[in-house]
Amino acid sequence: MLIRSAPDLKYSDVTSKKDFLDRRRFLASAAAGVALGGPAAQAAKLEARKSGYTVAETVTPLKAITGYNNYYEFGTNKDDPARNAGEFRTEPWQVSVEGHCAKPAKYDLDSLRKLAPLEERIYRLRCVEAWSMVVPWIGFSLSEVLKRSEPTSKAKYVAFETYYDSKQMPLAKGSRIPLPYKEGLRLDEAMHPLTLLTFGLYGEVLPNQNGAPVRMIIPWKYGFKSIKSIVKISFVEKEPPFTWGIMIPNEYGFYSNVNPEVDHPRWSQGSERRIGEFSKRKTLMFNGYADQVASLYAGMDLKKHY
Amino acid sequence: MPSPLRSRWLKAAVFAASLVPVAWLGVDAWRDNLGANPIEFITRALGDWTMRFLLLTLAITPARRLLKLPDLIRYRRMLGLFAFFYGVLHLITWVWLDKFFDLNEMWADVMKRRFITVGMLSFLLMVPLAVTSTTGWIRRMGGKNWQLLHRLIYPSVAFGVIHYLWLVKSDIRMPVLYGAIFAGLMALRLVKR
Repeated sequence: MLIRSAPDLKYSDVTSKKDFLDRRRFLASAAAGVALGGPAAQAAKLEARKSGYTVAETVTPLKAITGYNNYYEFGTNKDDPARNAGEFRTEPWQVSVEGHCAKPAKYDLDSLRKLAPLEERIYRLRCVEAWSMVVPWIGFSLSEVLKRSEPTSKAKYVAFETYYDSKQMPLAKGSRIPLPYKEGLRLDEAMHPLTLLTFGLYGEVLPNQNGAPVRMIIPWKYGFKSIKSIVKISFVEKEPPFTWGIMIPNEYGFYSNVNPEVDHPRWSQGSERRIGEFSKRKTLMFNGYADQVASLYAGMDLKKHY
Repeated sequence: MPSPLRSRWLKAAVFAASLVPVAWLGVDAWRDNLGANPIEFITRALGDWTMRFLLLTLAITPARRLLKLPDLIRYRRMLGLFAFFYGVLHLITWVWLDKFFDLNEMWADVMKRRFITVGMLSFLLMVPLAVTSTTGWIRRMGGKNWQLLHRLIYPSVAFGVIHYLWLVKSDIRMPVLYGAIFAGLMALRLVKR
């Protein structure tokens, strides 16, 4: 069965006790060494109810989720973001909802987070680079935010933008990708209940390297679609440009649905390495979420709309 | 006093030092210190060391002349064979840990994925050089022919750089750096003596 409610997996099943204790010790020493408002204050607990949108698969260890990241603003190596994003200031934070809607809004992080009850959802995450993880995210459906702004009939797509500050992100230039990072979804994709506005993982607020303080998670698309550290959400009429499409259009499509049938021009998408596993596993259509999302693309040629 | 470069001890030390990267990887693997994706880490590291040893090998000839250290020639074969050694290990990680010995999939990759095509070319060009690296082969082939054959290292390195360049997503600094060093070493060969 693909999706079930009330999973009985505990993190203790998958995080070794040693890692857990190391983390506790790290947090304790960080708390002791850092003044109020520093990074330690950000490792705050985040209460969330269990959600039905959860896969019953072994959760990837926290150390891998927070130590193996693509966040090019903080460096292009996988361990760069964990090393370099620590000082990134996520307070105060504002997210603007604008464009073709009746009620544009500006939220500070706290008010945004209170728009709907937080849920914990265990999703598969499949990177376009053919590795994958299983992550217990915390957030709520993006639709909770979008519907409040009452998109007009002109709103066909939703465009997202990441915060960019070359002072706080001095390594960003080396990545050569155009910044600020931009992404987009079709409105029906953005309104889909699986599309998660995400504030935390593993029971705590998002670590900086994972896209703090608020990011998208679209579990049936390649990870780069799930934009991090969002400051702007706009309703637009035309398919919005997105960073990787601007950079290399023949390799990264607007839809970028996980699809084992459509290879990246330079490598196969037929299989993936689940982080922590030795053998590779077959990649699933729509990353295993076909039952929920395939209807969004009925009649579309997914080879053409990659 | 004979040049220290002629010392057997120094040669043994260089040999041992050349094994440090692989020993290092072994220790890090054993200590679970290779990050969340150890297989990727090992593959990348071995590819990097292949490249570095190729460039070191290419550096010998200009270094002999510029540093007036003709005895450096005693290290060229060893460094070249270490480049091949790391190239073999790099290839093995792909054959084993990425493709799990699936010949069909490997063939499809070589034909379809241009970064793998050039990587394979780079490796294949090294094979005859490794095979004919012995003194016996130099004698059998004759110095001129042997030297001509061993110029294959130039396209091998060039393909290696392209392999790396076509692999990365956007950050091209490392492959460009290797390419620049390669170009520099080639330019030094063209400078008049």
